[in-house]
Amino acid sequence: MSLKLTVNNVAKTVDVPPDTPLLWVLRDVLDLKGAKYGCGMGVCGACTVLADGRAIRSCMTHVGSVAGQSITTIEGLSPDGLHPVQAAWETIDVPQCGYCQSGQIMAAAALLERTPHPTDAEIDTAMSGNICRCGTYPRIRQAIHQAAAAGTPARAK
Amino acid sequence: MKLNRRSFLQLTALAGGGFALGLYDRPWARAQGSERPPDLTPAAFICINRDGTVTIKARNPEIGQGVRTMLPMLIAEELDVDWASVKVEQAELDEPKYGPQFAGGSMSTPFAWEPLRQVGAAGRQMLVAAAAQSWSVPESECTTKSGRVLHASSNRSVGYGELADRAAALKPPPLSKVKLKDPKDYCIIGKSKGSVDNHAIVTGKPIFGCDIELPGMLHAVIEKCPVYGGKVKSANVEQVKKLPGVRHVLIIEGTLSTEAVVPNEPGMEPGVAVLGDTWWQAQQARKALKIDWDYGPGKSQSTEEFNRRAAELLKQPPTNTLRSYGDVDTAFKGAAKVVEAVYSYPFLAHGTLEPMGTTASFKDGKLEMWTTSQTPGEGRTLAAHALGIPDSAVTVHLIRAGGGFGRRLMNDYMVEAAWLTKQAGVPVKLLWSREDDIAHDAYRAGGYHGLKAGLDANGKVVAWRQHLITFGDGKKTAAGADIDASEFPSGRVPNYQLHTSAMPLLLRTGWLRAPGGNAYCFVGQSFLDEVAVAAGRDPLELQLEILTVTPAPNPGHEPRPGDPDVLNPERLKGVLQLVAEKSGWATRKKAPGRGMGIACYFCHLGYFAEVADVTVDKANKVTVNHVWAAGDVGSHIINPAAAENMCYGGVVEGMSHMGQEITLIDGRVQQTNYHQHPIMRMRQVPPIDVYWRTTDFAPTGLGEPTLPPILPAVANAIFAATGKRIRSLPLQRSGFSWA
Repeated sequence: MSLKLTVNNVAKTVDVPPDTPLLWVLRDVLDLKGAKYGCGMGVCGACTVLADGRAIRSCMTHVGSVAGQSITTIEGLSPDGLHPVQAAWETIDVPQCGYCQSGQIMAAAALLERTPHPTDAEIDTAMSGNICRCGTYPRIRQAIHQAAAAGTPARAK
Repeated sequence: MKLNRRSFLQLTALAGGGFALGLYDRPWARAQGSERPPDLTPAAFICINRDGTVTIKARNPEIGQGVRTMLPMLIAEELDVDWASVKVEQAELDEPKYGPQFAGGSMSTPFAWEPLRQVGAAGRQMLVAAAAQSWSVPESECTTKSGRVLHASSNRSVGYGELADRAAALKPPPLSKVKLKDPKDYCIIGKSKGSVDNHAIVTGKPIFGCDIELPGMLHAVIEKCPVYGGKVKSANVEQVKKLPGVRHVLIIEGTLSTEAVVPNEPGMEPGVAVLGDTWWQAQQARKALKIDWDYGPGKSQSTEEFNRRAAELLKQPPTNTLRSYGDVDTAFKGAAKVVEAVYSYPFLAHGTLEPMGTTASFKDGKLEMWTTSQTPGEGRTLAAHALGIPDSAVTVHLIRAGGGFGRRLMNDYMVEAAWLTKQAGVPVKLLWSREDDIAHDAYRAGGYHGLKAGLDANGKVVAWRQHLITFGDGKKTAAGADIDASEFPSGRVPNYQLHTSAMPLLLRTGWLRAPGGNAYCFVGQSFLDEVAVAAGRDPLELQLEILTVTPAPNPGHEPRPGDPDVLNPERLKGVLQLVAEKSGWATRKKAPGRGMGIACYFCHLGYFAEVADVTVDKANKVTVNHVWAAGDVGSHIINPAAAENMCYGGVVEGMSHMGQEITLIDGRVQQTNYHQHPIMRMRQVPPIDVYWRTTDFAPTGLGEPTLPPILPAVANAIFAATGKRIRSLPLQRSGFSWA
């Protein structure tokens, strides 16, 4: 069955059953490998992408349910990889293994869009759906504050 | 202190519990009987590009420990180039060319510190020789700086890029003869460098194992028996083959070893593989499998039964004595006070965020693999063996792993991928589901310790007896479940005994980050805290006193002077004193529901002491408010920002361990995913302050020694806050939980 999707501002047509998780459409059909599989049940956050600006767990989202919405993946967060969140992640040297970080970055970008200057408590709430198995949390927190200070632009056009 | 290769071999055997010794016999087999392996060459690692940039090979598997950045830093420092001009490329598996290529035992740094700096220095020396030749001046008049050779007296200089061809024609100098920089001249070592993969990571580039794509590739999943050792009797193969996107459904007979003690590489686990056009199709089709299993003897196992049996064994005389000196029984009789306790901890899964997997392509008798293994050399041999081809017919690409933590020391997924590509006749990407990963791990073994300590009238520890109930058949111990006779405070109390007894286990165990230490530090340092309380003494002061005691003689096991794998009490004292000072230990306040705990450990050549400040609410929910960590891993912190990050990792992972358990009922692992084997989340993680004590020893690794002290530090803090002792992990088993 053909489904029309908008991914990173590009119209795509995919021929998959509508109950296919968005994650596997992104990874195996559209070859966008940034969103990661970690748990398949929405408890780790490695698969986080944005749907109309909201952070969603793509492993639990049927692709049919987001047809017509604007999907943003880490590959489309900024044209140059210099979204303030990405820039802060690099400057602060956040990653260890890095596997969870695209999900962390997408969750952080969604947070800063609604709450440009989050408190630690607001960061805790927004980010607690994202596991970092390596334990980079202190750096993630620091990078979110730095990105907030740098100012977050509107989502990538 | 100097490490020669012989001591490397011995260290590896010790640090990895034996796994790596076999590995390290191999690359240097030709050099057997000689002290040194063949020299590494600058040409293997360094390519000087004509534009003046330099490409440096990173030799070890990157699992998040930062070696893809740190090891090239060593070469770049001595080559004398600017870090900005360096591009890093991953080396393929080729141990004769690159030296040891594994990630385990925190050994990347000690293995690389000298030889990789020598490789850089040899490269620099060749470039200097090339410039001197072209200018017809003595080499001794030439210096280098930022990728250029300089001749001060004639005011000439030339970039490395222009010298590349001439230098490449020269014979490399013997590594033992090259002159290394005076550390005061370091420009790269000791300066924080961001991970070379950071930009690729933050922009979602396909750099991880599960991101590999090959033309014509199929995606594979494997349904395995929920009971370890079980076999497939029959399955509805034909029915599942007809499902959308499914190309192959294969029954895996498997080659599981039937040894009484499951080896860490037990062979191929039986099951049913489903290969499809996409991973999701394969995974969906798998749900339609109807498999009749022969569960085998493993199905009678349960955690409850292990607990019952362990309690029995603790009441019986021990089977093995690892160390015994003095007269423990007499010392207990004469002791002013005797403290006794039983400690226990559960099996744990690794739960790397990227599940197990490998991509493989078998064609014309040759196998090519893209893997996240921590021991790719061992994996290659196992895969070659499974296909009946020589090691030399296998090419292995080392791909960045989404976490290792010891799980990828085992190579079951490499063997599976090799077998699947051969059966399917096309390239195959194998990716386990999270549920597969939790249910088919090589678990950190659980254990039970009976402890007894005697104190004299002055509160000195005069006797210590420890009896570990572990898993094994009486001769062999399950992988990672053995204990060393040097376990603290062995040798540092006047009368001492360390015993083990074992019960059988039909389940695969292995090494989890800081193997041994991740369990024994919790036991030993928590019990020592109990002893200090019983003696009415400060645990820090008691520990410093024990570290001041001259070790008891240990005939036949006397350390060679300067052995880095033998506890150096001054270094452990040093980090204890540093963390005490930074955390305000001496002036800590006591309030109901709030407390601080301290602990230290030496393992994997590194020394760490940690203090935790916790709050416990009325519902026994524990919040860690702050952690201070002090470490001594030698003379240099090579990449400080990355080193600090590793400490966060050790602390956070140790905290995670305190809330996790793997339990068995009817031989089945009860936990399926992260909601039942939880990892600490952002809101639960405190600020962590990291301090370094640099000492005059060659730098050593950080992956493992950062972890062990946090468990007893938190447990001891909970005691300080509540008066209740955590003797059984996870916290829930002792009536507590994370807030």
